[in-house]
Amino acid sequence: MDSLSADHLIGIKDLSSKDIELIFKTADAFKEVINRPIKKVPSLRDITIANLFFENSTRTRLSFELAEKRLSADIVNFSAASSSVKKGETLVDTVNNILSMKVDMVVMRHPNPGAAKFLSERVDARIVNAGDGTHEHPTQALLDSYSIRERLGSIEGKKVVIVGDILHSRVALSNIYALQKQGAEVMVCGPTTLIPKYIDKLGVKVEHNLRKALEWCDVANMLRIQLERQDIKYFPSLREYSMQFGLTKEILDSLDKKIVVMHPGPINRGVEITSDVADSDQAIILQQVENGVAVRMAVIYLLASKIKR
Amino acid sequence: MERQLILNAKHFELTLNRLCYQLIESHNDFSETVLIGLQPRGINVLTRLKERLESILGHSIVCGNLDITFYRDDFRRRETPLIPSATNIDFVIENKRVVLIDDVLYTGRSIRSGLDALLAFGRPEQVELLALIDRRFKRHLPIQPDYVGKTVDTLISERVSVEWKEIEGEDKVILYTPEANG
Repeated sequence: MDSLSADHLIGIKDLSSKDIELIFKTADAFKEVINRPIKKVPSLRDITIANLFFENSTRTRLSFELAEKRLSADIVNFSAASSSVKKGETLVDTVNNILSMKVDMVVMRHPNPGAAKFLSERVDARIVNAGDGTHEHPTQALLDSYSIRERLGSIEGKKVVIVGDILHSRVALSNIYALQKQGAEVMVCGPTTLIPKYIDKLGVKVEHNLRKALEWCDVANMLRIQLERQDIKYFPSLREYSMQFGLTKEILDSLDKKIVVMHPGPINRGVEITSDVADSDQAIILQQVENGVAVRMAVIYLLASKIKR
Repeated sequence: MERQLILNAKHFELTLNRLCYQLIESHNDFSETVLIGLQPRGINVLTRLKERLESILGHSIVCGNLDITFYRDDFRRRETPLIPSATNIDFVIENKRVVLIDDVLYTGRSIRSGLDALLAFGRPEQVELLALIDRRFKRHLPIQPDYVGKTVDTLISERVSVEWKEIEGEDKVILYTPEANG
């Protein structure tokens, strides 16, 4: 059997469709493991992983931690708020210091696009990108695809619309790459100001009308408005955004088919998605979270198998 | 590569039948017993035994598939990653008598991993081992089978292959020996 073509997980862009298939096949086995009475396997008991979070995260960080613990890896956690980064240390110095304590793998979230790639070229450890600025969030895209595959049987030929703040979203870019590599059609939908120029060059459709987008798709992935990354006003008000691009039960019920609703979290209820939609049986938001642990276990397991003794 | 037939279809059949009766001898009606096949190829043995046992006993018996990939001791010692197969155990083995089933027993390392993997599903009262073929020399660990289809004496360079009607077209066991170089 093949191994992953990449030594690090920097972005979905670097993966082949075979890599994605391998990750999913491995994740299937881990999904069974995390539903056992004892949810832990000893595979990585001689591997140490550092989780470096230079940016806030609840879900991703917990999910990675759980994945690592369920593989029996030793872990150290680091968050920028309580570290020497505030004292002026560079990223490479920080990471090299951690690596000299014999760490084999680094899971990193960083506000700067390209930080994971930068690190992978300079330090001697496997790097897993847990989100780098507005660039990529590969494990999120993998778990999104995995969840679609679980619900609909396959990705190939499916139509997926990503709605919301595409401009600031690393989830959107990773999802576009992942879905296209698996043969899905992708559309992005949002206000003109939040759709990047030239995004159609990636081969995605662009739509500014939510109803039309929903009528076209099989799956709608609703993104959060990333106010923390928006330095200027991109739309008049959240209320207006939500009236035009918020997913409500009324719109969902008026469609002539049952589409699958996804959200990478955190949800702003009443903005991009109403409560009754988020809690409906068409939403697979909590399945996404559960699958996140299995998919991250698979990624870490496959990368760790490339660390030679 | 020289080929030597160890079991032909007829003997294969007889051997499986004998194993069934041996199991019945010590497990009666299987009410406290579960059979667990080791992925990937122990499953073939399990499927056949289950079929026969159920037709002899006239009721169904509890069976599962166990994948040992994540419990192996050669992770990171190979060129390619170990890719898992499916585990399928939707029952608890607490206080049950477990029979682990594999096709070829050789170094004993898979069985060691299997014993570890089993613990995730409870504490069994007893664990026994059934191997269709026992390559009895070159064991790496102190593990011995309780039920054996056939014992063979082999060299390290040789390979034993169990073939199945459903997969390879015919039930047989073959010993492959590399040609001696001069």
